[in-house]
Amino acid sequence: MSRKDLDPAAKARGGRNIALGLGLAAFVILVFVVTVVKLGGNVGPHF
Amino acid sequence: MARTTVLTPDEEATQEVRHARWQDYFQLMKPRVMSLVVFTALTGLLAARTPIHPLLGAVAVFCIAVGAGASGALNMWYDADIDAKMRRTRGRPVPAGLVKGEEAATLGVVLSILSVMLMGVAINWLAAGLLAFTIVFYAVVYTMWLKRWTAQNIVIGGLAGALPPAIGWAAATGHAPLNAWLMVLIIFLWTPPHFWALSLYIATDYAKAGVPMLPVVKGARETRKQVLLYSLILIPVCVAPVFTGLGGWLYLAVSGLGGLVFLTLAWRVFTSNAGDAADPRPADRDLYEVKDEAPAPATIDARSEGKKPLVGGAKNARNLFAFSILYLFALFAALLAEAVLNLPALELPL
Repeated sequence: MSRKDLDPAAKARGGRNIALGLGLAAFVILVFVVTVVKLGGNVGPHF
Repeated sequence: MARTTVLTPDEEATQEVRHARWQDYFQLMKPRVMSLVVFTALTGLLAARTPIHPLLGAVAVFCIAVGAGASGALNMWYDADIDAKMRRTRGRPVPAGLVKGEEAATLGVVLSILSVMLMGVAINWLAAGLLAFTIVFYAVVYTMWLKRWTAQNIVIGGLAGALPPAIGWAAATGHAPLNAWLMVLIIFLWTPPHFWALSLYIATDYAKAGVPMLPVVKGARETRKQVLLYSLILIPVCVAPVFTGLGGWLYLAVSGLGGLVFLTLAWRVFTSNAGDAADPRPADRDLYEVKDEAPAPATIDARSEGKKPLVGGAKNARNLFAFSILYLFALFAALLAEAVLNLPALELPL
């Protein structure tokens, strides 16, 4: 079933789920980057 | 406590086909309030003039924005019954029936925890503690207690909106000295004349919702007096940063000249009859999302005491309300510009 065929409620729910997923992914990436920055020069050699 | 949702038949019909989108959840976070919070927090962070990694600075401001949004969502959950009765707020997601109150509360709690924890782990725990205090103060002390209990609600509750510069400063330096609290004091003292000017021309809405705003409890005359008194205290405090090594010449010019205009407008409100009757026009559409029309001017004229044109009085209150926003923005923009351009701050002798 294509997204076009979904009823409005399912479409709205899908949009909310995508927004929530993107938000969580962004949060995880943010925490990772902040950790790398906070550790500074100590983390580089391990990569 | 029971929550009521008041919808017109048209709105009920709309609910059948309108489903909550992610934008409705974003609206719960009061994005316009968030933008002002971000601006003042960023000013505090940069006015500290302490180097901070750009990413960590951005994360600090992000945490403050999310924390402000979280408290906004908690406010929208708890105040849904009040919001449903007021023209400027009844279109909000919860009273409009788009988002359940429980969802707003959950969003508020989750974002509060995330923003404070991230601030603590990524920046420092002083900034995180101040952020947590701000969220609790706004969502619990102001929203659940002060707002429905006392006419001094926005005076005391204004502390929550005033704290972001200190959080920004603490994020940059790890401590919060006098100058950080001076910025807090400016916003704290700015809040009463700002909100009371607004409440002078939408007092009927507050009365209908049972919110004990000053014009509703003490009357318009007392409110106009309090607006002038707070303005007289506010302006010297706004100029004070040039004596404490926070503001420079640019700030002195903005705070001094703007302060004179502020006092003039406050005096005009004091000598007008603003608030003696409802303003025939709705509150500013751009700022407050008014959805419908106000009563016809003839209704207002019938209640006039025949001293001064009622619209003129309301206009004075509107002018002060609008200028107060511009003044606060200009003050913090001047501090921000001086910090970014590394212009020297003044320490004028008293």
